[in-house]
Amino acid sequence: MSLAARAVATRGGPRPWLKPAVFVAALAPLASVLLQASRGALGANPVSEALNRLGLTALVFLLASLACTPAREVLGWVWTIGLRRMLGLFAYFYACLHFATYAIVDQSLRWKAIVADVMKRPFILSGFAAFLLLTPLAATSTANAVRRLGFPRWKRLHRLVYAAGALAAFHFWLRVKKDVREPAISATVLAVLLLARGVVWARDRRRLERAAPRPKAAPTVD
Amino acid sequence: MPQPPPNPPSSEITPEAAYADRRRFLKNAALFAATAAGSGAGLLWLTGGLKPGSRATPRTARAAGKPPAEAPGSPYDTAEPQTPFDAVTTYNNFYEFGSNKDDPSRLAGSLRTRPWTVAVDGEVRRSQTFDVDALLSAFPSQDRVYRMRCVEAWSMVIPWQGFPLGDLLRRAEPTSNAKFVAFTTLLDPKQMPGQRRGYLEWPYVEGLRLDEALHPLTILASGLYGRPLPNQDGAPLRLVVPWKYGFKGIKSIVRVTLTRDQPPTTWNLAWPAAYGFYANVNPNVDHPRWSQATERRIGELSRRPTLPFNGYAEQVAGLYAGMDLARWF
Repeated sequence: MSLAARAVATRGGPRPWLKPAVFVAALAPLASVLLQASRGALGANPVSEALNRLGLTALVFLLASLACTPAREVLGWVWTIGLRRMLGLFAYFYACLHFATYAIVDQSLRWKAIVADVMKRPFILSGFAAFLLLTPLAATSTANAVRRLGFPRWKRLHRLVYAAGALAAFHFWLRVKKDVREPAISATVLAVLLLARGVVWARDRRRLERAAPRPKAAPTVD
Repeated sequence: MPQPPPNPPSSEITPEAAYADRRRFLKNAALFAATAAGSGAGLLWLTGGLKPGSRATPRTARAAGKPPAEAPGSPYDTAEPQTPFDAVTTYNNFYEFGSNKDDPSRLAGSLRTRPWTVAVDGEVRRSQTFDVDALLSAFPSQDRVYRMRCVEAWSMVIPWQGFPLGDLLRRAEPTSNAKFVAFTTLLDPKQMPGQRRGYLEWPYVEGLRLDEALHPLTILASGLYGRPLPNQDGAPLRLVVPWKYGFKGIKSIVRVTLTRDQPPTTWNLAWPAAYGFYANVNPNVDHPRWSQATERRIGELSRRPTLPFNGYAEQVAGLYAGMDLARWF
């Protein structure tokens, strides 16, 4: 089922425009890369520029998807949860385009060179591992998959996203030669998001311990 | 493309492996054409987005790693298609103005290149500080079309104007103690905003062994494409050593010092395991984070094999006879 169809199907919440709007906005980075490429406006090294932009976009969406739960817990923005799956899928979408650009355009599908690159270099390996870890998450993003796996197992599986986020941030860090300002920003954002989760987790545990056990709220899947 | 001269130097003959690579490329291209077709629709669009000049070399020739053709009559010039002026002047590594490729062309306007002096000192009998214009009129400029291979695995072909560094050094009369040449870039954080950031130690310093510095391929450039050197390319005077990675080509030079000992060099100080003092282009010695076996010529889409000493092995390999190039990288 396409993202577009899903965005349409889930219309009708309190903010019916939100998901379609985010969906369209999420395609803007791709549209801008394609438009600029077609006009020769990606600079002297368009392959490198496209590669960098698609990779950075994937990382931004990954961080955005990781921000949804802390935003609900800490800031009370419940509506962010409705966007989480779409943001995560866009992270995977851009990661696919990033990897495809690397394999097809940058390396001309020379598999020997690609395999050697992945095996030998932490820089490539970390990015590739992040991409691999996101694959089962994207594959089990449907409500059907949650039912099939059962929520606890599904939730455990989807904790892989933390590892993917850390690997992606590390990959970005290794990309630069010496000026780590931009990778440092993304690593800081990731650290803050994980810290927020830690704080929320500790708070919930304390509450649970203090209060008598009570039935948990129905899990939110979307 | 012009015909290569008869009897090309052996360094310019396509290695068999590179030739075989062409077949592998074609086979893979056929195998994965279907894969590429789907998600590749947009990616192929990218190919249409290359700048003019990118079509100068047929794709098959590039994939085969065709050896660069030498211009007849000149021992040093390459007749390969030259990288467009726009690319040479907007895609730069000049960390004094920022670490993004477009930072130098956007920000180097703040550099004042006149008046400018260049000191030649150290282990010389005649140390002297030159006004840059006097220096340029003392050493008439020559045209040199060189390949430029960046350590980041991209490359260009650039028509420089400059004069052999050796001419300047000989005039200064090196003493018998002189074994190395140390170069220094201007230090002025007001004019060079990148120097306000600490990602490298400033000023930028580079160095060559004296015999490398005296080699006729080594020039001090003051122009490209027949125009004064744009600031982002290292105005008013920069080093060009075509068989070494681009970072050896120190820009906006204010001092040339002959030394007894090997001088410190900026990227080597920053990360010794990745950037050696010699930094000779070598497809067999990888950067820790990427392979140096291939490179992307700016304006081309697929990679081409990287040649030892950037294709200048015939001229310079002798300088390193008996040296283990994997150790002295």
